[in-house]
Amino acid sequence: MDTPLTISGKTFRSRLLVGTGKYPDYPTMVKALEASGAEIVTVAVRRVNLDRSKESLLDHIDPKKYTLLPNTAACYTADDAVRTCLLAREAGMSNLVKLEVIGDEKTLFPDTEGLLAAARTLVKEGFIILPYTNDDPVMAKKLEDAGCAAVMPLAAPIGSGLGIRNPYNIRIILETVKVPVIVDAGVGTASDAAVAMELGCDGVLMNTGIAGAKDPVGMAEAMREAVSAGRKAFLAGRIPRKLYATASSPIDGTFF
Amino acid sequence: MEIVVNGELRAVAEGATVRSLLRELDLPESRVAVERNRAIVRKTDYADMGLSNGDRIEIVTFVGGG
Repeated sequence: MDTPLTISGKTFRSRLLVGTGKYPDYPTMVKALEASGAEIVTVAVRRVNLDRSKESLLDHIDPKKYTLLPNTAACYTADDAVRTCLLAREAGMSNLVKLEVIGDEKTLFPDTEGLLAAARTLVKEGFIILPYTNDDPVMAKKLEDAGCAAVMPLAAPIGSGLGIRNPYNIRIILETVKVPVIVDAGVGTASDAAVAMELGCDGVLMNTGIAGAKDPVGMAEAMREAVSAGRKAFLAGRIPRKLYATASSPIDGTFF
Repeated sequence: MEIVVNGELRAVAEGATVRSLLRELDLPESRVAVERNRAIVRKTDYADMGLSNGDRIEIVTFVGGG
């Protein structure tokens, strides 16, 4: 029997967290979220549209059904990230945030120095922080020590779909920290998600992999099954890798 | 008087408050967060928080993101 994903005392049945960006339209997003089985969905914080010409995301997402996880996407400084979190809490009345401090426009790799500084400030403000970070075990430990409720190392650059570029670092992170490890960003298809879960990760967060697929609803379902299958395989314990064959049929009783 | 809302100049009546501004803009209080001159305005203060000429107001909400 599996245990639920527990983040700062809150439990979740689904180990798949999904984003709400880049969908072709809201009805597709709603169906994809449903098909993914996700309970936690990320959202961005932006200026409200003053002329009310565009529909609001919140017309389509029931906050009673989903736990909203506001992100600090597009923040390049710790100050901007902290400011965004304070606004998100006021708008959403929850302390849960996905903290990102971006260091480079082209790769969207995190600025871990700014990330750690922002995390330390936000912990003092009572936030439950899920930081988007590098696949760096030393930084993961620092974020845990700073009081983050989980660590979310990237699989590959955001939106790249390259899958887990450094499974060995993810394994070391899993051995290094006690808080949940959620692979965030870079997952391209179902097998990538399964690999993350087979490594022993506690969850996977993705957006573009689903929203950018030809059929987002179909991909959301595939990701749900991949996360579930990968988790089960991890719990079941895979066989060790060996260079040479081991026969699966007995040698005894051969008649030739 | 004139204030700046989300980077746009806007004329509001004397005595306007954060609450009256949100009503004028037809924005539900439950879905937004407001900053006045870089300081967060708590929802419980919307009615009492008067606006002054030259105030810079940011009103944010949640949009799709990853």
